[in-house]
Amino acid sequence: MNISTEISDRNIKRRLLKDKIFTYGMISFAFLSSIPLFLILYELILKGYKQININFLFEVAPDTMDAMIAVSNHEIIPGGIANGIVGTLIIVGLASIIAIPLGIICGTYLSENAEDRFAGIVRFIVDMLQGVPSIVLGVIGYIWIVKPVTGGFSALAGSIALSIMMLPSIVRSTEETLKMIPISLKEAALSLGVPYHRVMLKVVIPTGISGILTGVMLGISRIAGETAPLMLTALGSTAIQTNITQPTSAIPLLVWEFYNDPNLVSMIWSASLLLLILILCLNLGAKAIAKKWKVQY
Amino acid sequence: MESTILAEMPITKTNKKLNVIQNSIEHIDSPVLKIDDLSVSYGGDKYSIRNVSAGIARNKITAIMGPSGCGKSTLLRAVNRMHELYPNTHNKGAVYLGDENIYKLNPIQLRRKIGMVFQRPNPFPTMSIYDNVIAGFNLNGIKLKRPEKDEIVERSLREVGLWDEVKDALHNRGTFLSGGQQQRLCIARALAYTPEIILLDEPTSALDPIATAKIEDLLVKLKKDFTIVLVTHNMSQAARISDYSMFMYLGELVEYGKTKQMFTMPKDNRTEEYLTGKIG
Repeated sequence: MNISTEISDRNIKRRLLKDKIFTYGMISFAFLSSIPLFLILYELILKGYKQININFLFEVAPDTMDAMIAVSNHEIIPGGIANGIVGTLIIVGLASIIAIPLGIICGTYLSENAEDRFAGIVRFIVDMLQGVPSIVLGVIGYIWIVKPVTGGFSALAGSIALSIMMLPSIVRSTEETLKMIPISLKEAALSLGVPYHRVMLKVVIPTGISGILTGVMLGISRIAGETAPLMLTALGSTAIQTNITQPTSAIPLLVWEFYNDPNLVSMIWSASLLLLILILCLNLGAKAIAKKWKVQY
Repeated sequence: MESTILAEMPITKTNKKLNVIQNSIEHIDSPVLKIDDLSVSYGGDKYSIRNVSAGIARNKITAIMGPSGCGKSTLLRAVNRMHELYPNTHNKGAVYLGDENIYKLNPIQLRRKIGMVFQRPNPFPTMSIYDNVIAGFNLNGIKLKRPEKDEIVERSLREVGLWDEVKDALHNRGTFLSGGQQQRLCIARALAYTPEIILLDEPTSALDPIATAKIEDLLVKLKKDFTIVLVTHNMSQAARISDYSMFMYLGELVEYGKTKQMFTMPKDNRTEEYLTGKIG
């Protein structure tokens, strides 16, 4: 009796200890995985804040001579990344205009016809599309648009490559969101004699809008930082370019150009910082929308 | 082909049984809706309701009762073709609204004449109370002037006794109302179109007793303007408010008659067994 009590006491102590170790282990690993973001932000702010001023947002990238003179005089490099900011807005905007309607309609089809054989095939292809390496999409953009359509590097080619890239996240988030909407809402609308397309466009999709927009925002933030496909399609430009059939710059392309020019190295940090802030804002915006526009049913 | 065998079964047996079945179905003079030998299947040869024939009396409340799975909801949904939402449904027989077979009509037009209220209150969560009531017009792209809309909203909400409770909050979301208020809002939404018939699929089964009593009072009041068909598995509810009752069992319309008579002197054994709690 006594012996068995002693053994079970020891066992319990050991078990409790294991529990404790496991709990603290979890906490420390959770902490570890949140460290990289803060290290990146710290590094970028430390090295990039000097370059950021009003000119940085409104002037185009400096040429290498001006930069060299400024660096040798220990001044900040003149100029900014306005050509990249405008280019990113145009390329990402155009990609969104292409991908958002397509993705939402496709996702709606998948959620409405979940058991359909064709829907199964489409779903599989969209999932595969998610895994296509971005550089391959660049090659596709080059072959499809750059050579036959615009006859040279262009923002349009970049937008199409990026729209393919953001499509899967919009399709899947739309599908998952709409699947959660109770069928009773659809029945309510149909019982009022509302035609099917209006039921979907005016009742079902608006009810799921927060989930759909979250997917859209995450899709945008994913493509906003893409570099590889743009190297083969939009190429880059030293001036602000608003003609979508011409080579156009983008913030990530500028980071790559700065990296290749020893005189412009200190611009890398500022451009990266701006890009990171932009993408963080998109992510925070997605979270805010998901919370604020959530519809209770 | 099994279905035709099923349909012929009573005839191949004894004529006596056939007589019993016919006698227990009350004949309604000049019905607003005439169900004629209707069978509905959700796929294959298995029919959820078989050979149902009945007339629905104008400006009365008709209750459809029966144990779960007996086909009462299917019968109700077949009347405004909501059962067609499920793939592979097919049916035999006809339902006449006036002179028209509803299966020859466009379901969109049909549903504007026959409104429906569901088991769980389902106001549109993105819309205000006002927009919920007027949804039948807005969603169908029917343009109305503001005063016309205001009038329809007020009339419909007054009809369901919700006007005084919500008149100061018309532009709040409908989902903030209590369950009973939401259900009355859904009835108002169905009334706004002034349909001829309103179908209700267990409208009070998700509500508390007080809200249920309010809905029942409302239905009794509404029957002077509308014909009401109600599915319920609550026998006392059918006894309290309905004028006519149908008893369905295993997909068959067993008995149909005046409620008072059916509850006091049922003609069919199965009805009696159901009413006394032996089956169901």
